[in-house]
Amino acid sequence: MFSQTKKYVLIFLIPSLILISTFVYYPLFSTIFYSFYNWRDFSNFRKFIGLGNYERLIKDVAVHKAIINTFIMLITVILFQVGFALILALMVHYLQKGYKFFRTVYFFPVTISGTAIGLMFYLAYGYEYGFLNSILTFFGKDKIIWITENSALFMVLIPIIWQYVGFYFVIFLAALSKIPQDFYDSALIDGASKIYSAVYISIPLIWDVIAVSLSLAIVGTFKVFDIVYVITGGGPMNASQVLGTYLHSVAFTGQNQGYGSAIGTLIIFLGLLLSVITNKFLKRDRITY
Amino acid sequence: MKGEKFSILNVLSYLILILWAISTISPFLWVINNSFKTTSEILLNSLSFPKELSFRNYQQLGNYGNINMFKGFFNSFIISGSVVLLVLFISSLASFVLSRFDFRINKTFNSFATLAMLVPTFSIVIPALILVRKLGISGSYLSLILPQTALNLPFAILVLSSFMITLPKELEESALIDGANFLTILFKIILPLSIPGIVTVAIFVFLWSYNDLFMSMILIPIREKQPICVLLSLVSSIYGTNYGAMMSALVITIIPVLILYISLQEFVIKGLTAGAIKG
Repeated sequence: MFSQTKKYVLIFLIPSLILISTFVYYPLFSTIFYSFYNWRDFSNFRKFIGLGNYERLIKDVAVHKAIINTFIMLITVILFQVGFALILALMVHYLQKGYKFFRTVYFFPVTISGTAIGLMFYLAYGYEYGFLNSILTFFGKDKIIWITENSALFMVLIPIIWQYVGFYFVIFLAALSKIPQDFYDSALIDGASKIYSAVYISIPLIWDVIAVSLSLAIVGTFKVFDIVYVITGGGPMNASQVLGTYLHSVAFTGQNQGYGSAIGTLIIFLGLLLSVITNKFLKRDRITY
Repeated sequence: MKGEKFSILNVLSYLILILWAISTISPFLWVINNSFKTTSEILLNSLSFPKELSFRNYQQLGNYGNINMFKGFFNSFIISGSVVLLVLFISSLASFVLSRFDFRINKTFNSFATLAMLVPTFSIVIPALILVRKLGISGSYLSLILPQTALNLPFAILVLSSFMITLPKELEESALIDGANFLTILFKIILPLSIPGIVTVAIFVFLWSYNDLFMSMILIPIREKQPICVLLSLVSSIYGTNYGAMMSALVITIIPVLILYISLQEFVIKGLTAGAIKG
């Protein structure tokens, strides 16, 4: 290690400090500050209204809908994205074939922008020409209007879940490959089935990786924007609204920055709250091997 | 694992794995296939192959309404390229300090950076827009480059410093005795050895910036300077019923990412798994 007297190397930290403070922390605290103001059209005048924006937030039907949708998303993402990815990874792990092929194919959508994925599914759902209706026509069935008030949330959830299965698949596959083969061999001698050894050996041994993945997935649901924005824009009638799309429509389409800031503050607090809760629930003694 | 080759479980596993692979690839193939067809051909049957390989849809992308996808490409490379270079330069300076020295401030700086990673862009965008106006860079490339750089720094510092910490300490000690200064040590010794880490960071930062829609569309409201992702989000309303053009717009947006992914896949996957499994 260098001698401690050469402290001038600390100036290397300054550019990072300045940029992160200016463009992350300062705007973050400003958002909380602005949430107590009546502020519209990005004007230079804003009026302090205390908790006014928050009173409106509590009564706002669109906010309720967005929060409910986020929680539905949270549960489906955990079950069908992380859960399904785990099953796929276990299958490839036990078959021990096609490791590289499945990894390459499954991970590909992760690298594509939500905007492109959204547009792709928007086109696939199209009535006259869409992928889904073309398949229906091919089998001699009638065309369907895919996005309605009842189905909108479901139809945006499909690409959201579909896109990131490969992400968790890759993580789980790498974790599984670290388990020593002896564990399985001794289980096999004891007559354990593959499903038994998956449930009682593989899953407990990679539990800490599963926990990290779950918290990543939970934090991720609060960042959903692009896919919903492109496919439905949060509609029809807020049916597929999430907090991000609602903030965008309030602050930039509706030009109400004070109320938008209150929604921004709500997003921070919900995100923090859920991170704390998940960490508490998922904490388990790590099995070392 | 050894054992029976044709058990029901094995067959079922293969079936599910292959079906999922098909579900992953087929939407992309559908889009690529239709990008070579006229809209009337798409409406007739979107599953058929094109009668002739026509690039007409792609030729329209230069100007359609007020959208120029090729300009969007150019803008994206300026913005994302600058973000990658800035993030790499600034984060390697910080990572050098955090990984090769033990100052008391390092721990504080680490939590400062890690906490910044948790901040969602929704919660900073309104003041960020005001800030770039106050700084007089509103509407320029810089108004997006600076916030994106700041948002990617914590991740880059985390990955790079955990990479640099694994390099042997003797390297720079002898260089220091030879009278080298810190900048020389960083750029001549540490950085060349950190190239695998740098490549991983560069790929992830590029993808994040190139794929970002929310910050990009708000911080750059001027059409001529918007990156391709923002233009793509407008396509479905501006192209009306020209589905062929939409498909081709989608394809050219994906192509750079596809090339990057195919050529550098190992770095992407290694970076991802290293980060997640370490915790």
